[in-house]
Amino acid sequence: MTDSTVLRLNGLSKRFGPVVANDDVSLTLAKGEVLALLGENGAGKTTLMNMLFGHYLPDAGSVEVADENGVLHSLPLGHPQAALAAGVGMVHQHFALAENINALDNITLGSEPLLALRRNRQAARAKIEGIIEHSGLKAPLNTPVGRLSVGERQRVEILKALYRDARILVLDEPTAVLTPQEADTLFENIKAMTREGLSVIFISHKLREVLAFSDRIAVLRHGRKVGEMATADADEKAIARMMVGADTPKVARTDMAPGAPVLNLSGISVSGRYKRDTLKGIDLEVNAHEILGIAGISGNGQSALANVISGLAAPSAGHIQVDGTKVPKPSPAAMVKAGIGRIPEDRHHEGIVGAMSVAENMVIERLDDPEVQSRGLLRRDAIRDNAERLAKAYDVRGPGVTASSRLLSGGNIQKLILARVFERAPRLILANQPTRGLDMGAAAEVGRRLLEARERGAGVVLISEDLDEILGLADRIMVIRDGNLVEAGSHDREKIGLMMAGEPA
Amino acid sequence: MMDLLNILLSESFWAASLRIATPLIFGVLGALICERAGVLNLGIEGIFVVGAMCGWMAVWLGAGLWGGVLAAAAAGALFGLLHAVLTVPLGLSQHVSGLGITLFATSVSYFTYRTALPNVSSPPRIEPFQALDIPLLSDLPFLGPVLFQQTALTWLALLMVALVWYVMNRTALGVAIQAVGDNPDSVDAQGLSVYGLRIGAIVAGSALMALGGAFLTMSAFDAFFFGMVNGRGWVCIALVIFASWRPGKALFGALLFGAFDALQVRLQTEMGALVPGQIFLMAPYILSIIALVIAARSADYPRALLTPWFKGQR
Repeated sequence: MTDSTVLRLNGLSKRFGPVVANDDVSLTLAKGEVLALLGENGAGKTTLMNMLFGHYLPDAGSVEVADENGVLHSLPLGHPQAALAAGVGMVHQHFALAENINALDNITLGSEPLLALRRNRQAARAKIEGIIEHSGLKAPLNTPVGRLSVGERQRVEILKALYRDARILVLDEPTAVLTPQEADTLFENIKAMTREGLSVIFISHKLREVLAFSDRIAVLRHGRKVGEMATADADEKAIARMMVGADTPKVARTDMAPGAPVLNLSGISVSGRYKRDTLKGIDLEVNAHEILGIAGISGNGQSALANVISGLAAPSAGHIQVDGTKVPKPSPAAMVKAGIGRIPEDRHHEGIVGAMSVAENMVIERLDDPEVQSRGLLRRDAIRDNAERLAKAYDVRGPGVTASSRLLSGGNIQKLILARVFERAPRLILANQPTRGLDMGAAAEVGRRLLEARERGAGVVLISEDLDEILGLADRIMVIRDGNLVEAGSHDREKIGLMMAGEPA
Repeated sequence: MMDLLNILLSESFWAASLRIATPLIFGVLGALICERAGVLNLGIEGIFVVGAMCGWMAVWLGAGLWGGVLAAAAAGALFGLLHAVLTVPLGLSQHVSGLGITLFATSVSYFTYRTALPNVSSPPRIEPFQALDIPLLSDLPFLGPVLFQQTALTWLALLMVALVWYVMNRTALGVAIQAVGDNPDSVDAQGLSVYGLRIGAIVAGSALMALGGAFLTMSAFDAFFFGMVNGRGWVCIALVIFASWRPGKALFGALLFGAFDALQVRLQTEMGALVPGQIFLMAPYILSIIALVIAARSADYPRALLTPWFKGQR
């Protein structure tokens, strides 16, 4: 590794309306270095990288990139084409791939003259195969990208950057969708490439992988750079403190004897058009005072499971018992009535009605309650008072309870949903990806509330792609893969990772 | 039953099917290009009218037949550009903008026609495209009358099927158009212009649609009438789904519809005494709805169809 600087960000700032996304952030990157950009959601990591790549135009600041000879040149801002030409490649968290064309076409897109009558696909293929051989990033080139696995799609994304001769690679949360084993392989590939002179910035909020794979760490909070250190000198606690600005309250978790079963699924099958909508005869039991964690890579039947438990999908076989009583005709209303509280995966679309007020959203699941309506008319004062009380108790912040709920931030929408669910003291709580996209503070709050419900005697089904979250909260863990659900039998990260990937543990 | 077989085996039936299909081929290909890029163009019905009017009027003013074709394409491209500006950089509702373009383009065409010819009772005629009489080939049994006695515009339509297929599947431009209709971010991240690709596709597609209209006044008939487009544009919008956005299937769909239409005319004369004529007029549309119901279930929609994309918002 040499000390020559390949990238320098000078005082970049960006505002979106009244929100300051980045404030005077400066960074440097050396040749062959892996820099981890760490911070909570909303800390401004992605915005910073989007400015580097030209997706956003900074309000202030400049970017310098070194050419092949190591001489720094100022980069014209706001032009992805300029960034690409200067050797900056970005792999977005949400893949920027067209699914109807194959990997080869995705990789060469934009690098061929558009108006040429013929394409030189042989030359392109040879170059890509050379890169694959060098980097170990294997992906089928002739299959439409829509049919590739998530890991393969990510490798195609990286190949896209390397095909454009990227010397600086930016990876936005590259492991969010990978199994632990896939993530390790990815980082080994990256390490190999840095030995050949590639410089890498990767965005993450997973401390574990940052400590394991980076050379240097920069921490962002509220759009500012609050710390920078060599990974060798880094201290996990200090970084966490830097990210959040205070010590994270450790979620207190007491051991508890499970009570009577509150939810039984036996032999449940759902036949869906896609894998994520399919279940193949699963059995599941959740007891009072118990959190059951469902681990798995996204798209392996989690949505089907959540839909069955919340009554949104009718199983083609099997039956459901809540509190020992069979639910004869599962429907969303029947499941709510039976005592199931639902924290949906897509909180913006399935959790709230954005055009309705915060207060209305808080009572939307109990409109037949006499507290909410009398003789068919809504009791607006009672609804507002209820909302004021809940907003205080659950710390829902925003422009007030009469404002449209879509104006709330993601974290506050989640608190609204928590308030709605927990106030009804449900027998069973279905929490599907409850902390996805939340910052550490809000995520800790969700965990605390789930543990509180468990203490009260509720059962919890926690579906999450974040294995750390499941390991931290769940009493018992099951792994969902390809529509099948199996008991993990332990809290062993390695073993669960292998089960998620479908390999015999 | 014998009658039906006689119809299906007659040269004139298949020649008529291809003739009726020609404007639809132009229209479906145009709609296909727009939708592959992710933009629905409901302006198609009005653009047909504009193409019919402009093509005819250019010839009437002395521009020559191919001058008329160019005029129609240019006028279609212009209305396509309007739709493109409204729906791509401005991101307005593609439905509303498209219907607006149809109403606007139709009215402007009628208005122009009436202003240019205030006092005619019967529409002035032009000398339209004549059937290309290719020696030897047009003397072939069966195939000769069906294929080789069509006008140059029908040949142009068939050529366009091959051209659109080639561009879409074999060139970098076609791959980029497919990508921008599936996930505009993929195109943006590779440094291509989403707006440029979409606007270009809509303009080109609209020019093709206008040729479908031009065929009506310059080949099928020899004058411009009000109401002559008669829903052909809407049929193309349905056919493009039937075709699953593929040029080859688009040709097949247009021919199928043409065959239905040619068949109903003949059945009407054969059986008109028994069944009300309106039943036969409805038949092609009912059959296309049935075909659509069957085909649309497995249709592979461009994922970004109808979704506006704005730079800097991801």
